[in-house]
Amino acid sequence: MNEVEKITGTGIPLLLDDIDTDRIIPARFLRCVTFEGLGEHAFEDDRIQDPEHPFDKPEYQEASILVGGRNFGCGSSREHAPQSLIRWGIQAIIAESYAEIFFGNCTSLGVPAVCASRQTLEALDKAIKQNAKQEITVDLKTMKIACGDQQFDCTLPENARSALISGTYDFLAQLLKSTSEIKERAAEVPYFTSFA
Amino acid sequence: MSNTKNLFDKVWDLHSVKTLDSGQDQLLIGLHLIHEVTSPQAFEMLRDRGLKVLFPERTIATVDHIVPTENQARPFADLLAEEMMSAIEKNCIEFGVTLLDVNDSRQGIVHVVGPEQGLTQPGMTIVCGDSHTSTHGAFGSIALGIGTSQVAHVLATQTMALGRPKVRQVVVNGELGPGVTAKDVTLHIIRKLGVQGGVGYAYEYAGEVFDRMSMEERMTVCNMSIEGGARCGYINPDQTTVDYLKGRPFVPQGAAFDKAAEWWLNLASGPDAKFDDVVEFDAADIEPTVTWGITPAQSVGISENLAPISSYAPDEQTLIKEAFRYMELEENQPIKGQKIDVAFIGSCTNSRISDLREAAKVVEGRHVADHVRALVVPGSQLVRKQAIEEGLDKIFSDAGFEWREAGCSMCLAMNPDKLVGNELCASSSNRNFKGRQGSPTGRTLLMSPTMVAAAAINGCVTDVRELLTPATV
Repeated sequence: MNEVEKITGTGIPLLLDDIDTDRIIPARFLRCVTFEGLGEHAFEDDRIQDPEHPFDKPEYQEASILVGGRNFGCGSSREHAPQSLIRWGIQAIIAESYAEIFFGNCTSLGVPAVCASRQTLEALDKAIKQNAKQEITVDLKTMKIACGDQQFDCTLPENARSALISGTYDFLAQLLKSTSEIKERAAEVPYFTSFA
Repeated sequence: MSNTKNLFDKVWDLHSVKTLDSGQDQLLIGLHLIHEVTSPQAFEMLRDRGLKVLFPERTIATVDHIVPTENQARPFADLLAEEMMSAIEKNCIEFGVTLLDVNDSRQGIVHVVGPEQGLTQPGMTIVCGDSHTSTHGAFGSIALGIGTSQVAHVLATQTMALGRPKVRQVVVNGELGPGVTAKDVTLHIIRKLGVQGGVGYAYEYAGEVFDRMSMEERMTVCNMSIEGGARCGYINPDQTTVDYLKGRPFVPQGAAFDKAAEWWLNLASGPDAKFDDVVEFDAADIEPTVTWGITPAQSVGISENLAPISSYAPDEQTLIKEAFRYMELEENQPIKGQKIDVAFIGSCTNSRISDLREAAKVVEGRHVADHVRALVVPGSQLVRKQAIEEGLDKIFSDAGFEWREAGCSMCLAMNPDKLVGNELCASSSNRNFKGRQGSPTGRTLLMSPTMVAAAAINGCVTDVRELLTPATV
């Protein structure tokens, strides 16, 4: 598993609040047995209705850092949402706040979802709109965002940060180490033993 | 156990296997519910790594999201849906997991089936790759929606990595007025605390209103915890919980049941239990509530007008304006009287037998307005059977409702039941997001099943209390 310390790329501005996972990937695209191919359908219904949607604009097609608003990724637990963003090209998200299941899904897929203040987001939004080629760096070691000659603070819960930096964000390997402890614990839980 | 521990902490501590390097806990999971949409990739991850399901008897599968509700004969007309059905069948056989498929009389929406079968019990940790898993908290369990990677973790290890949330007690005391339902209580709480108010918290619902509720009403409340941003919601087990579970297929029988019941009741948060936060509401302030916007917090009491944009905080106004534009509604207008096109009674929030009984009382002897397409979708095949035995299907059919087979249906439109164009739907489901009901421009008004019934009859948003006879109030 790769260590995720620093993401550098151009940004895509989507500074709207309460973007839910149905909007990120409409439910009809969940009729699938793999996550392949979800990238092209990211925000499809929003894009149909908005010819100016950033995900359709030529200047943002190479972007890898999404700038969002408050409560990003609310609603459905569908991992298809971050999976579609990743397949579109997103490698990091900067937003004011996240819904928890979405945040957990991002972390377990190695996508840092960092929080920044509204002022920071507005400054990033402005910088990206002025120059789509502007490089942005999210540094998880220093918890700083660099954008041209501007620098901003961001936050990430320590457990997610350490998992990303150490490359242990897919917890499966760690969980698998504890099989005997899992069985021991299960033996102590009354309903695991049918209240015998 | 310490008297200051709330139920959440008691159950969490019991299931915590160890603390991981990240600081998160490795949490043992008691019941893993799976369905056809979020499990295929998880089974594939197991296959890729050569792993087995550690506790196959603690995993139960059903099918709900993609199943058609008009004709459930296989193969399904939708080939993508058929492929998903084949995948879950194959995966369950290969990994030794019990599947309640469309040919099984116990099939239905996963959050209706779990409680109905007695799979859901107090004191359990319950997960499912579906955000509305919070429903199961009604029994005093920790019930969490998870993503597909975590589904794979739980299949392979019966555990997952999770940080412990804080616990907020949400207290509602007093008496609900006539015609005010559990759905109105949960919509009111979300309206007051916001869609993000619960982030970082598990909610304990407490107080006279929840004490008096039936298990099905409690499920409606816990179901929508996620819409308020909470990681999960629960209600302490009491005699109502024990009575509901007694005799259900997956519940211990005889002496083991008595032992189980004693353990369940002892898990409840005591009078000295501590919480990270407490908020209180007065039941008398809650009236039948309807969402008007594109998040579940954008709602009003049926007698209110929509608040002017200027009354919102400046940083909220962009979203509010967008909600008015999308919904084709105006500030200051009443919601009552708004013409609807579709009425949907169903979903994991409100498709249980009591929901259908209460809605049937409203429609009995009346007829759906000519311009309205109305459907009733029972939450499970057993709910459907019970409703037919009580003659509810006939009441709905005679009134002009379509009477369907069990499934998620128009709550999320991964199946043939969808809105068309910008249709406005009075819906007993849980999300009014843009495009949620299957049309990119479809519009949803969330409300209780009795309010949906009233809207279907009058063809517009209606105060159900005006249709309730004194005998039914």
